[in-house]
Amino acid sequence: MFRLTLMKRIFGVALLLTLLVAPARAALDPSLLAGFAGDFQGRMAAIEALGVAGGDDARRVLDALEAGRLGVVAGRAVIVDGDTVRDAASGEALDQGAGDIELVTLNNRVRRTLANARAALALTSADRAERLSAAITLGDNPNETLLPVFDRALAAETDEEIRGIVARAAARIKLASPDPLTRLRAVRALGESSDPAVKNLLEGLLQKRDGNWVEPHPEVRTAAKLAIDDIEGRIAIAESVGTVFSGLSLGSILLLAALGLAITYGVMGVINMAHGELLMVGAYATFLVQGLFRSYLPAYLDWYVAAAIPVAFLSAALVGVAMERLVLRHLYGRPLESLLATWGLSLVLIQAARVIFGPQNLELANPSWMSGGVELAAGVVLPYNRIVIIGFAVFVLVLIWLMMQKTRLGMFVRAVTQNRPMAGCVGVPTARVDTLAFAIGCGVAGLGGLALSQIANVGPAMGTGYIVDAFMVVVLGGVGQLAGAVWAALGLGIVSKFLEGWAGAVIAKILVLVFIIVFIQKRPQGIFALKGRFADS
Amino acid sequence: MRTPFTVRLLRSTPKSGWLAIAVFAAITLIGVPLAHLALPESSPLHLSAYTVGLLGKILCYMVVAVAMDLIWGYAGILSLGHGLFFALGGYAFGMYLMRQIGRDGSYGAELPDFMVFLDWKELPWYWAGSDSFLWALFLVVALPGVVAFVFGWFAFRSRIKGVYFSIITQALTYAAMLLFFRNETGFGGNNGFTDFKRILGHDITSPEMRVTLFALSAALLIACLVLGRYLVSSRFGRVLAAIRDAESRVMFIGYNPLHYKLFMWTLSAMLCGLAGALYVPQVGIINPSEMSPANSIEIAVWVAVGGRGTLIGAVLGAGIVNLAKSFFTVTVPEYWPFFLGFLFIAVTLYLPDGVVGLWRKLRARRALAAAPDAAESSVAGSSSAAEKADAGPANVTVPKGATA
Repeated sequence: MFRLTLMKRIFGVALLLTLLVAPARAALDPSLLAGFAGDFQGRMAAIEALGVAGGDDARRVLDALEAGRLGVVAGRAVIVDGDTVRDAASGEALDQGAGDIELVTLNNRVRRTLANARAALALTSADRAERLSAAITLGDNPNETLLPVFDRALAAETDEEIRGIVARAAARIKLASPDPLTRLRAVRALGESSDPAVKNLLEGLLQKRDGNWVEPHPEVRTAAKLAIDDIEGRIAIAESVGTVFSGLSLGSILLLAALGLAITYGVMGVINMAHGELLMVGAYATFLVQGLFRSYLPAYLDWYVAAAIPVAFLSAALVGVAMERLVLRHLYGRPLESLLATWGLSLVLIQAARVIFGPQNLELANPSWMSGGVELAAGVVLPYNRIVIIGFAVFVLVLIWLMMQKTRLGMFVRAVTQNRPMAGCVGVPTARVDTLAFAIGCGVAGLGGLALSQIANVGPAMGTGYIVDAFMVVVLGGVGQLAGAVWAALGLGIVSKFLEGWAGAVIAKILVLVFIIVFIQKRPQGIFALKGRFADS
Repeated sequence: MRTPFTVRLLRSTPKSGWLAIAVFAAITLIGVPLAHLALPESSPLHLSAYTVGLLGKILCYMVVAVAMDLIWGYAGILSLGHGLFFALGGYAFGMYLMRQIGRDGSYGAELPDFMVFLDWKELPWYWAGSDSFLWALFLVVALPGVVAFVFGWFAFRSRIKGVYFSIITQALTYAAMLLFFRNETGFGGNNGFTDFKRILGHDITSPEMRVTLFALSAALLIACLVLGRYLVSSRFGRVLAAIRDAESRVMFIGYNPLHYKLFMWTLSAMLCGLAGALYVPQVGIINPSEMSPANSIEIAVWVAVGGRGTLIGAVLGAGIVNLAKSFFTVTVPEYWPFFLGFLFIAVTLYLPDGVVGLWRKLRARRALAAAPDAAESSVAGSSSAAEKADAGPANVTVPKGATA
């Protein structure tokens, strides 16, 4: 019985659709509107039919109904438009006084139906936000009469998010279908998804309620199981891509921090414990540039990050030169003492930042072109700011590589790294090379601070956490080796992100440390050791 | 014929050294207890509970500084993770102190308060035996010892040294700090252990207990100094110094540096553990921030300020820096980091041999002024050390990234 009425209804709707899609769609079929003259049931049927039919005329009628301007005169639906009265179906003005019209009244059920019908119409709107809210409204209380609306929306919709919601709603209706074949198709269609919500929906089918399966047909249950497996597989892939990505983004920050350290440590054999504070200097420089743009160039605020690049580099490099000239220069050959002296420098720098800028964290605004992200799958988003930072790290890396390999200064730096006395003997000005290399290394750290300011808070002690990690990168990669630093930074970033997902952040850090200690047992010179023979004193 | 042990022990420290130790012992073991317990509060010589607590704390720091000097000054290994061993000793003894609270905690339960708070029903396995004083004493020495031995064995075996070793020890203490910050680790998380009530059934806040702990710290310091002197003036100490100055050459002669370094490293960690165990009841709290890298590196600066490789310098340095710290944190706390930072820089730049080195230089200059002929040789002797430390790139090859 039920089935018959459903078939009838579907048939009826299909018939209506063929009628409406016909090219000469100048007006609505008056028979659609006949229901408005009848009781509430009839009005609801008419509203549903209009919602399913779609089109501007249907929208006009429903808008009028919502506004209380739809009336009936002699069994004919009309719209009251100020003093003129128009035919609802054709839109023609009628020779009729506004006074005799009996306006169509609504009750709550009719209003609900009206809301659904309007949502069904909005599903084809040009405005994405409107379509999205309509899809959410309809997805919450799907109704089998809406199936054709959903199908139509799916055919035209390009936005993935809305498509997902609509497809899920349609499949949910089909899952309730009495026909096992329809259900089977619906389950298979849902298996294409990568959304955890769909997985939950399908899992609902595999449960028993009151001793009976929710889904009676065994074949549909099997299909549902397969579909769940498919979805889980897709979610797992999306999640590991997300993890690799966040590992890459951590790795690129580590790389920016470690590149500078690799240069300064390689050239001078001095660990600059204040290296993390140079990140801080770069980040505060970025903050100041943002402040300048806010006050003087608000129109170009989005580009303050680009303007901050040279500022961050130069300010960190200047601090670095001062450090090298005033302190480190006098500690050559005493690496352990310079460790202590640079630690003292870092204490002073942190406290200076605290006194000048205050102890609280500053938050820098992402420019608009860096906010948002690419959604890989439901819940896995790759934020633009991290993508930009990865790109930025690559850019800096290329510049440093070119500097090291193609310029005279780079050649000097490599020479001093490999053998300082010999380089001095053949005329390399080692003292000047030291200063320049230190400035460049510190400047790169400043760039790292700029990058960090876009994804983390800027505070006086922001750099302290990075010095150990950056040094681990240098240890792993091998001293004075750019390629080693790259591989080590990315490897450490990705491995620690995977471990974090598996065992938590703290255990991950400890495991990474243990791994490095074990690794050094095997390869004390790092992944990429300098070729040659060395003996210490 | 081998010199008898007692003779070697006596000879390890000069007469003036023994005299100083005797004076120090008399003051700390008799003078301070009397001044705190017997003298009335109105007396100008009376020491308040605060002063005794502060001095006791500094005595513990001095022990740590001596331990640091043994490994840094005599073996050339700069550890930036000694705070870990100190804290481990403190935690090991803290476990016993927590169990001594008994049912007097704020929840009145058999378990320590923080476990009740975490809704734990029974003690974790590693708390087994923590109600025994002897087991606690054993753990205080064994725990830092085992950690140091295992870590040191791996590190020294692969000849990690120089800045590599320093940074890895720093990472080690940092990782341990993160571990102890977790509540699930079972050591009270952020808050650590506190609110202690008694030791061996005696009230921990009583003046007698305070004085006892103070005297024990002083005795430990004296023992450390004597042991340290004995070790560094023995054959063992000389091999160690040789390893510090030229490890490869020592290896070529046929010594295995691993054993020497590992022994001194483990011993140093154990001494730190003992200091930590005495520190915790005197301060009344132990929490993971004791393991922060900043604390460990501060230990190094105590030694640097006093003068490396002198033992007495470590004691002086720990005293000077910590008294300055007490002064600053009471009067102008925001300038303490500046002072400490500039101290790090100034000491490494201008006082490579610390206060003791400065004292020796001044004395040598005075001797030179008094008797120009006789003093010449002594100046040559004492300045050579300073020269070595001062030497610029001219005559010292920069360690190629401290290549091991």
